[in-house]
Amino acid sequence: MSSQDIPEENLPAEQDHAHGAVAVADEENPFADPGLPPHEHRIQDIDERAARRSERMVALLFTISMLATVGFIVSYVTIPHDKNIFVFPIGHISALNFALGLTLGVALFCIGAGAVHWARTLMSDVEVADDRHAIAASPEVRAKVHADFRQGAKESALGRRKLIRNTMFGALALVPLSGVMLLRDLGPLPGTSLRHTLWAKGKRLVNMNTNQPLRPEDIAVGSLTFAKPDGLEETDEEFQNELAKAALMIVRLQPDNIKDKRELDWSHEGVVAFSKICTHVGCPISLYEQQTHHVLCPCHQSTFDLSDGARVIFGPAGHALPQLRIGVDSEGYLQALGDFEEPVGPAFWERG
Amino acid sequence: MSTTANDTSRARGKAPAGERIADWADGRLGIYSLAKANMRKIFPDHWSFMLGEVCMYSFIIIILTGVYLTLFFHPSMNEVVYHGSYVPLQGQMMSEAFNSTLHISFDVRGGLLVRQIHHWAALIFLAGMFVHMMRVFFTGAFRKPREINWLFGFLLFVLGMFTGFTGYSLPDDLLSGTGVRFTEGAILSMPIVGTYISYFLFGGQFPGHDFVARFYSIHILLLPGIMLGLMVAHLILVFYHKHTQFAGPGKTNNNVVGMPLLPVYMAKAGGFFFLVFGVIAAIAAVAQINPIWAIGPYRVDQVSTGAQPDWYMGFAEGLIRFMPGWEINFWGHTLVLGVFIPLVLFGVVLGAMAAYPFIESWITGDKSEHHILDRPRNAPTRTGLGVAWVTMYMITLVGGGNDLWATHFHLSINAVTWFVRIFFFVGPVIAFIATKRICLGLQRRDRDKVLHGRETGIIKRLPHGEFIEVHEPLSQEQLHTLTTHTQYAPAEIGPAVDENGVERKVTASEKLRAKLSNAYYGEDNQIPKPTSEEYKEITSGHGHH
Repeated sequence: MSSQDIPEENLPAEQDHAHGAVAVADEENPFADPGLPPHEHRIQDIDERAARRSERMVALLFTISMLATVGFIVSYVTIPHDKNIFVFPIGHISALNFALGLTLGVALFCIGAGAVHWARTLMSDVEVADDRHAIAASPEVRAKVHADFRQGAKESALGRRKLIRNTMFGALALVPLSGVMLLRDLGPLPGTSLRHTLWAKGKRLVNMNTNQPLRPEDIAVGSLTFAKPDGLEETDEEFQNELAKAALMIVRLQPDNIKDKRELDWSHEGVVAFSKICTHVGCPISLYEQQTHHVLCPCHQSTFDLSDGARVIFGPAGHALPQLRIGVDSEGYLQALGDFEEPVGPAFWERG
Repeated sequence: MSTTANDTSRARGKAPAGERIADWADGRLGIYSLAKANMRKIFPDHWSFMLGEVCMYSFIIIILTGVYLTLFFHPSMNEVVYHGSYVPLQGQMMSEAFNSTLHISFDVRGGLLVRQIHHWAALIFLAGMFVHMMRVFFTGAFRKPREINWLFGFLLFVLGMFTGFTGYSLPDDLLSGTGVRFTEGAILSMPIVGTYISYFLFGGQFPGHDFVARFYSIHILLLPGIMLGLMVAHLILVFYHKHTQFAGPGKTNNNVVGMPLLPVYMAKAGGFFFLVFGVIAAIAAVAQINPIWAIGPYRVDQVSTGAQPDWYMGFAEGLIRFMPGWEINFWGHTLVLGVFIPLVLFGVVLGAMAAYPFIESWITGDKSEHHILDRPRNAPTRTGLGVAWVTMYMITLVGGGNDLWATHFHLSINAVTWFVRIFFFVGPVIAFIATKRICLGLQRRDRDKVLHGRETGIIKRLPHGEFIEVHEPLSQEQLHTLTTHTQYAPAEIGPAVDENGVERKVTASEKLRAKLSNAYYGEDNQIPKPTSEEYKEITSGHGHH
């Protein structure tokens, strides 16, 4: 209604009368609950033609669903599983996946749309009020339950015969220990296994990509080379476990660029070997910045300075990457001069 | 038509078949008394009430598709050479788990679709639970008698996270393996027991040969079994408590207004299952998810940039990314605070959610049942705390993707990380203050609307030249809706001296409670709702504006 022609002072009264409220606001409480508003009819409630239109719409949706299921079966049978098609704007995708997914999606969606349309247009939309009942029991029920419990407890004599009670609790407390014991063989004890790797004095550094032993001259300034210990092959049973500790990254620096004294001592002609496993939570580090000699772990962005003992310069890692002491053997190949002096990878309680 | 059918069956002295089956079942299961209470059970209607349904349906979809996937998946870490139909990987070494996932994706017709539906449904399930919990939180639906159901929902959310994690780790691809490695590193950081737990979980050193098989039984049996039980309990409680409803004319704390289960809700909710399933199937048709063939099998020495967990674990990822790398070495031991603190925070941030209903009920001291939902504005401190929590969660999520933010927006990764480090603390405070101000502003607006009516936008010039805007008074329905919420008075510390003049000890918890209560319901923390006296005073015509 337009309020333009209504004197302003009259508006509230006008409003109250205009609305078919169940309870008229009384003098005492203008905010009183007027009760459920009267039901408003939908077009389908009063016009049978509209209702029939709705019915046809629901039936149409269900029919589309049936057709889509047929389409699903036809797609499954006829489309080869290795056929790719171009679909704008997605790109090249598997034709079978696309067809099966869309037909299944349409088949399911139309059932849902039909049911919801049916509920919204043809089923009664009269709002009904239902009473709630208190969740808590009445005082009588409460008293009865308490009395029953006391009676039962008394009859069990659990409170009186303390010996039974205590031994029962003892037995119940101990019996799960058997279950705990059974978990013992889930794995071996750590022992010192996290402290040792395959590296040992005289073990050659083998290029991860070419599987050939590395010479110092293979390592160019600015390159990042990954290495594994000689003898560790992809087909070995423990390949992943050993590589998880032994993986190396090798770079060549100008010896006078090396700021850390120990790093220089453990290098060979500027070639330095560090553990590839991040000391944060163990991701393999793989991003190298030639100019700054920084390496970055792509997982959590811990950044290490390889020219300064691989100390942490940014990110969540807690300590420097362990360095492997290297030299060359009589044939001129790079070799380890021992194992890592500290555990590689993420820190742990016993690391010290 | 139906009457003739009835007549003929009665003529033969028999009830219709449906009735006879129901009678048979009732004689054995007592279904009639169950149906009496539930068949025409009333469900209130509001769009936000379907969020929980999204969760339930996506969970069912996950179970259906998951059972299918188990028919083809081999949960084994034995290394095999690939000979399947995906050419780029032929001849490569990979675990049987990865191999069978490729088989499902390329050689089982529709296998890729089911895999993608399964994974998409999992993301939607977790997102649905997140939003559903926000709805429950911000409307105060967790209050008595629904605290336990809030806990069930909370457990479903947390277990859902771990079920998702163990699930996406199963294909043993490079991305998920990186996530498992992260988990191992986090476990190792636990003081005293970390190394042992890690060795027991992985059957020795990482990665070992066992975790796929172990994650498999956790993923398909242990966690979903618990979750199924929790979900059934969650639904039973929803039925038992009856649904909450928003305030409105005719809606009270003692009734529930809506449409009956049979037929309206059955059709709507049943139909909604198909809508959810249909939409997820269509997403799985057009949107690729977890293309493990492009990622490759897991190798401990390989990784890719931009490695991200599924979204619901991004918050854990963020905590671990922005934490400074603190480590304390003492007496031959290492306390890896840089990893352990995020691990603890992960539990604390989630645990805060679980504890909140009990904290709020302690502060209000309210022991009554609440079935009418709060509008978020009418509980400014709660709403502020909720938004602060969500802000912290979102900022942590940004931290979890700091590399992507850096590369996509050409920012320094260090700057993004520092932003997250600072705003993890500052962001929630700003969000809390801003939200509370907004809520109070909205309360004032409601108050104005009740007392002065709705602004019509019609400007009127009075005879003496003054311009006024015509305000249209609200209907009684609206007046009722806007004034029906309860407002608590802040709790006060009782007199420090009892009636005999003996000094009483005021406990610290009493003081804390009074302080918190004031923060919730004190003078500046809620706007008093209009009283009928104020309303009558203004609308009576005397001293009008």
